[in-house]
Amino acid sequence: MTRVVRQPPAQPLARTRARLEGTTLVELTGLSRDRLLGMYQRMALIRQFEEQAAALYRAGRIRGVTHTYQGQEAVAVGATWCLTEEDYITSTHRGHAHVLAKGADEKRCMAELMGRATGYCRGRGGSMHIADLSRGILGANGIVGGGMGIAVGSALASDLLKNGRVTVCFFGDGALNQGILHEVSNLAAIWRLPCVFLCENNFYGMSGPVDNMLALGPDGFKGRAQAFGLPAVECDGMDVIDVFLGVREGVERARAGEGPTYVFTHTYRFLGHHVGDPLTYRDKEEPELWRRLDPIPNFGRLLVEQGLASTQDLADWDQEASVRIAEAVRYAESSPEPSRDTLLEGLFG
Amino acid sequence: MRTLSYMQAIAEALILEMRRDPHIYIAGEDVGKFGGAFGVTGPVFKEFGPTRVLDTPISETAIIGHAVGAAAAGLRPVVEILFMDFLPIATDELCNQAAKIHYMFGGQVSCPLVVRTAIGAGMGAAAHHSQSLEAWVCHIPGLKTVAPATPADAKGLLISAIRDDNPVVFLEHKMLYATKGEVPEGDYTIPLGKAEIKQEGKDVTLICYSAMVRQCLAAGALLEKDGIGAEVLDLRTLVPLDKEAILSSVAKTGRAVIVHEACRTGGFGGEIAAVIAEEGFATLKAPVKRVCGPDTPVPFSPVLEAEFIVSAPKIAEAAKSLL
Repeated sequence: MTRVVRQPPAQPLARTRARLEGTTLVELTGLSRDRLLGMYQRMALIRQFEEQAAALYRAGRIRGVTHTYQGQEAVAVGATWCLTEEDYITSTHRGHAHVLAKGADEKRCMAELMGRATGYCRGRGGSMHIADLSRGILGANGIVGGGMGIAVGSALASDLLKNGRVTVCFFGDGALNQGILHEVSNLAAIWRLPCVFLCENNFYGMSGPVDNMLALGPDGFKGRAQAFGLPAVECDGMDVIDVFLGVREGVERARAGEGPTYVFTHTYRFLGHHVGDPLTYRDKEEPELWRRLDPIPNFGRLLVEQGLASTQDLADWDQEASVRIAEAVRYAESSPEPSRDTLLEGLFG
Repeated sequence: MRTLSYMQAIAEALILEMRRDPHIYIAGEDVGKFGGAFGVTGPVFKEFGPTRVLDTPISETAIIGHAVGAAAAGLRPVVEILFMDFLPIATDELCNQAAKIHYMFGGQVSCPLVVRTAIGAGMGAAAHHSQSLEAWVCHIPGLKTVAPATPADAKGLLISAIRDDNPVVFLEHKMLYATKGEVPEGDYTIPLGKAEIKQEGKDVTLICYSAMVRQCLAAGALLEKDGIGAEVLDLRTLVPLDKEAILSSVAKTGRAVIVHEACRTGGFGGEIAAVIAEEGFATLKAPVKRVCGPDTPVPFSPVLEAEFIVSAPKIAEAAKSLL
């Protein structure tokens, strides 16, 4: 097999830095200092959650299948920072980060990964099926592309109920080749629904690179959106601000009743498809090149440069994240298993 | 009581429910101004227009897929899949998403969704427009399946289906659309999961649903000439299944003939037979019989199609073989 090293962008946060000439991060984004710091804190929390989930899985304390998100945190956080608590998201099999970014409680997420009765789904969903309706999280999804129909439906509901809510539909590069994407993109376009189709291209499937599986025209990823006459934005998925600005364009368009937008983010999965992936299909040096773009420390440095935080603050928040996740693990492990006699409960509502 | 066609009864149910609850909307192919391929939604569109009766592209996956999200976000979609043969296109959305989200998300989400779809052979529409695939749907936990045989049942069951907080697949037999019957006015519901004895009899129970109810009633008339009393039990709902009605009728007659238009192998009749074997075996005076469609696609030729469809004489013959 030919293994191509995917060269990362030359500089971390290059697009954001270019935009910052003559302005500040607060001005550029319109976000308050607290919200900007919150981006760092949430990314750090997600990283810790994923590191712990992977470790617990390897230790046999989580069973089943766990797909982790290290490296992609800028996408989940950048996108959800454009949303209100009432807005909707749909997620994927690699969905822990999306739900945590949208505000789900890490304790109940961890409990769900461990199949405990205190988990979001009472242990019935597991890693690939976390939902929190109280925060507009319409569920992660075990089917590639499975959230796309749901996303268009919640967008229709917002439209008919005139409640102003927007739906962000997260999906991976793999879903670009699922039939449902074609159907719902077309439907959302003709109905001008308030949704953002957010593609996370992390370059790899389960056994190889996306290029072997994806036919693209001269306009690349954007060409897929252009086929439906939909506007498309392409973002550096290692740059939380670039993702935020790109998704915000789509969210604003949706709120203004101008229909759906595609946002393509290019990001990198530091680890394998799932915990335990031997990664035989990827050059071993490649992740090291991409780790230089790690969205968390690079954004931290930018916050320091901008005078919004000190290096001590960053260290404190990293520490805080590990304390919170350690607490989540304790909560999950001390939570009861579901009782056997609840197996048949709740098939129908 | 006034008389309505099966199709008019369905339209009346839709209209009454849409007047009652603004969260209900209809979506499907050609359901709007055109009025639906069979004409069912025409009167509904006339009253509610394009904001509540939404024409979709030919995209079955998107029709059911979007409806799951709309239901989760507070609407009550009633979507139409023109022919049940097209339902497999949306299998993921129906079986993996709609059916599972309530249980899989620990009860956080409900999915009040009705999928109306036309089943059955008889109009020369051949292999891709004639199937009865109810057994597939019944196999998926989390879906309810309804198959009315009369206009009154169609109205009462559809209203219940729309009010149910779960995904319901509502099977309309296309050869029944023009059939007429008395239909109660106004708010009329029939609970899901309640079978009805359409004709009483003491010698043999003919267990059926949808268009086969008419065939069983005709078979009952044939059997009566021979002095055999056939009880025609219309299941009306397959999931939830009215086991009690099946078992008590079989306990009374001691004989059961299960009739469906769908193909035999893996058909829902096998499930009914299993229920009788497991829970009513001691009451049987003869083996359980199935009269079903053959294990073939539905052929186009009128001669072959007529041969495919279970007929009253075949049912009567099967019943007689048990006596």
